[in-house]
Amino acid sequence: MKLSGAEILIESLKREGVKYIFGYPGGVVLNIFDSLYDEKDIKLILTRHEQGAIHAADGYARASGKVGIGLVTSGPGATNTVTGIATASMDSIPIVVFSGQVPTMLIGNDAFQEADIVGITRPCTKYNFLVKDVKDLSRIVREAFYIASSGRPGPVLIDLPKDVTAGRADFVWPEIDIRSYKPTYEGNKWMIAQAAHLIAKAKKPLIVAGGGVISSGAAKELRELAEHANVPVTMTLMGLGGFPGSHKLSLGMLGMHGTYYANKAVQDSDLLFAIGMRFDDRVTGKVDAFAPHAKIIHLDIDPTSIKKNVRVDVPIVGDVKKVLTVMNKVLKEEVKEQWDEVRRAWLRQIDAWKAERPMTYTYSDEIIKPQFVVEKIYELTKGDAIIATEVGQNQMWAAQFFKYDKPRRWLSSGGLGTMGYGFPAAIGAQFAHPDKLVIDIAGDGSIQMNIQELATAVINKLPVKVAILNNRYLGMVRQWQELFFNERYSHTKLDDTVPDFVKIAEAYGAVGLRATKPAEVEPVLREAFKIKRTVFMDFVVDWKEKVYPMVPAGAAIDQMLFEEIEKKTEKKLRAVK
Amino acid sequence: MRHTISVLVENKFGVLSRISGLFSGRGYNIESLSVGETIDPQVSIMTIVTTGDDLVIEQITKQLNKLIDVIKVTDMKELDHVEREMVLLKVVPKPDDRTEVLNLAEIFRGRIVDSSPKTYTIEITGDEKKIEAFVELMKPMGIKEFVRTGKVAIAREGTKKKQI
Ligand SMILES: Cc1cc2nc3c(=O)[nH]c(=O)nc-3n(C[C@H](O)[C@H](O)[C@H](O)COP(=O)(O)OP(=O)(O)OC[C@H]3O[C@@H](n4cnc5c(N)ncnc54)[C@H](O)[C@@H]3O)c2cc1C
Ligand SMILES: Cc1ncc(C[n+]2csc(CCOP(=O)(O)OP(=O)(O)O)c2C)c(N)n1
Repeated sequence: MKLSGAEILIESLKREGVKYIFGYPGGVVLNIFDSLYDEKDIKLILTRHEQGAIHAADGYARASGKVGIGLVTSGPGATNTVTGIATASMDSIPIVVFSGQVPTMLIGNDAFQEADIVGITRPCTKYNFLVKDVKDLSRIVREAFYIASSGRPGPVLIDLPKDVTAGRADFVWPEIDIRSYKPTYEGNKWMIAQAAHLIAKAKKPLIVAGGGVISSGAAKELRELAEHANVPVTMTLMGLGGFPGSHKLSLGMLGMHGTYYANKAVQDSDLLFAIGMRFDDRVTGKVDAFAPHAKIIHLDIDPTSIKKNVRVDVPIVGDVKKVLTVMNKVLKEEVKEQWDEVRRAWLRQIDAWKAERPMTYTYSDEIIKPQFVVEKIYELTKGDAIIATEVGQNQMWAAQFFKYDKPRRWLSSGGLGTMGYGFPAAIGAQFAHPDKLVIDIAGDGSIQMNIQELATAVINKLPVKVAILNNRYLGMVRQWQELFFNERYSHTKLDDTVPDFVKIAEAYGAVGLRATKPAEVEPVLREAFKIKRTVFMDFVVDWKEKVYPMVPAGAAIDQMLFEEIEKKTEKKLRAVK
Repeated sequence: MRHTISVLVENKFGVLSRISGLFSGRGYNIESLSVGETIDPQVSIMTIVTTGDDLVIEQITKQLNKLIDVIKVTDMKELDHVEREMVLLKVVPKPDDRTEVLNLAEIFRGRIVDSSPKTYTIEITGDEKKIEAFVELMKPMGIKEFVRTGKVAIAREGTKKKQI
């Protein structure tokens, strides 16, 4: 029996195990939406903006480890997905986006709502397809899922002309084999042995774990390695949760807003084992001054990540889980006691750095410090929550003052730094984990970029919580203006134009709560966590607060600024207000 | 350093723009690019001439390899190989120079593919040096139009990768 393209699409999605599609309708996808009308196994979640749909699919993917799905119409529907796709691309997140397209015959004619979305998304997808014949559809869907989720994951877009979804063909589910795409999973044995040898010998080794640990599902193997060989671990922003943040070997995050001790350890180490991370400039600071004494082992599934930004002594192309499994076996043959001895001085040095400058902020009884809110969230949830973030200071504090002990609990736009990411991502994550507490830690600027998704959260009865650290500024940009542009707050002050978030929440049918005093923070959080509905929490925080430590752009990562600097200029700051 | 990179790709819609997009998006330059089908019509071969230091060339070859449609990437620098390019030149020599043009074309094994009372169109094939030398000689004769194919390259049989 022949099926329509739309039916073939849905059957293919079922075979791929899809439960949710995040989408938005329009003219050229009507056939698909019509087929979804009676569909029991796959639910379409209607967002209120296509950008929201893609971030939700992305949040679903990050939280679950499965492929996230988006479905939008042609033209403006498709172009609205670009930020979401680019966000997933920069962070290597597997999503498949279906966009409607004008009928094949009209492509290139400037037809109504035509956009060359395949051309537009070529640089920000891992791959994209234009389906020209309904007979190719199921194979293309299968290839798309395979490409999105294998090797270095990433977004794939499939453009579906209207006549393709309307056309009819027999359903087939062909085995696929893409001869030009064969990711490398097994690392080179010799390289692994050499790396193990360096680790065994090193006096001051340090592991830098990145997003690849999460996407590989290798948290267990990493922990085994670190504990067995007694090697401290620092994480990139994307690697948070890849190793338990509360573990005694954890140094927290490194880089621009990393901990003092992590950055010091990088600069002093004699061996850096980079695992599934890509030496972003927010991590390395001044590249020439990065880890000057260290030999570098770099394990990554994508050969282009290796030697892109920093020199590498031992490159290993492969999957983190596979390679670490082999490496752990090799290392098990060595005597463990010997390491505890060799590493003692190094670990003591790290403890000294931790004592010298722990992560701190100045608490106040009168005004809410944003870090205090994050700390309280950590305390009350005991770390058992999925945290999404927006972008800016809120994101950095959420990274610094919450300890992520498990992977896939931290959803943040690292590479693209997309304001407006967190709330829809939290919605997607809540669909993946209906019973988990999901919290978006937000800024008052960012939350306004996808605030319309309140409707999506409310209508689906999602108990998503949003904690707005409301500083009435585009805080992170203001911080740079304060530090490097002579406190000239050009267009970063939102102040009177910040809406009443409590009322907004209520207008959408959600719950709105507010705290203006430190003493109110805990009660507000407790109440919000009790309510099984969507809650916006407006925390009116100290606008002056800045993210520290901070490595100024272009400096080596141990050239950090700390909070004291601010104290000296306190007077001047007041004058500004 | 200049490198000639040979790229075997799936002969699919959009593949050229994936390759050129990679170069423009990452700020690599393309000095010349030639594309054609291979014996297998589902596969095309591109010959790209580009410049960069070792690290850049390493990135370029890795990035090319990473593209889903790319089957194989060969940096010809690592192999003994033959490079050729074809140029078509339309020259307008002064009446006195017309014989000289013919002589030079003959010396360089060029072919006159078209002639008119005022012009000759010459086809010349060779490696870069030969073509440059010929073009230099033709310049004083008056070049009216000039087109070139871009380089193509092929490895010599039985050569292994050079150790660099
Ligand atoms: C305001 C702001 C401030 C920031 N400050 C910091 C900061 O202080 N510190 C910081 O670290 N970041 C910071 N970032 C984030 C930064 O921009 C990068 O997104 C982040 O550092 C990248 O993390 P990563 O290197 O782990 O790479 P990812 O982008 O997570 O890439 C993962 C890497 O792992 C590889 N990989 C994927 N799967 C596998 C597998 N199965 N096996 C092996 N390898 C695999 C990939 O090929 C890739 O190279 C900040 C971002 C913003 C917006
Ligand atoms: C879509 C987008 N536009 C602009 C920026 C640049 N930017 C980075 S942080 C920031 C300020 C964010 O303000 P807010 O959401 O209030 O968070 P805060 O830093 O105050 O916590 C801006 C504008 C961005 N990252 N994303």
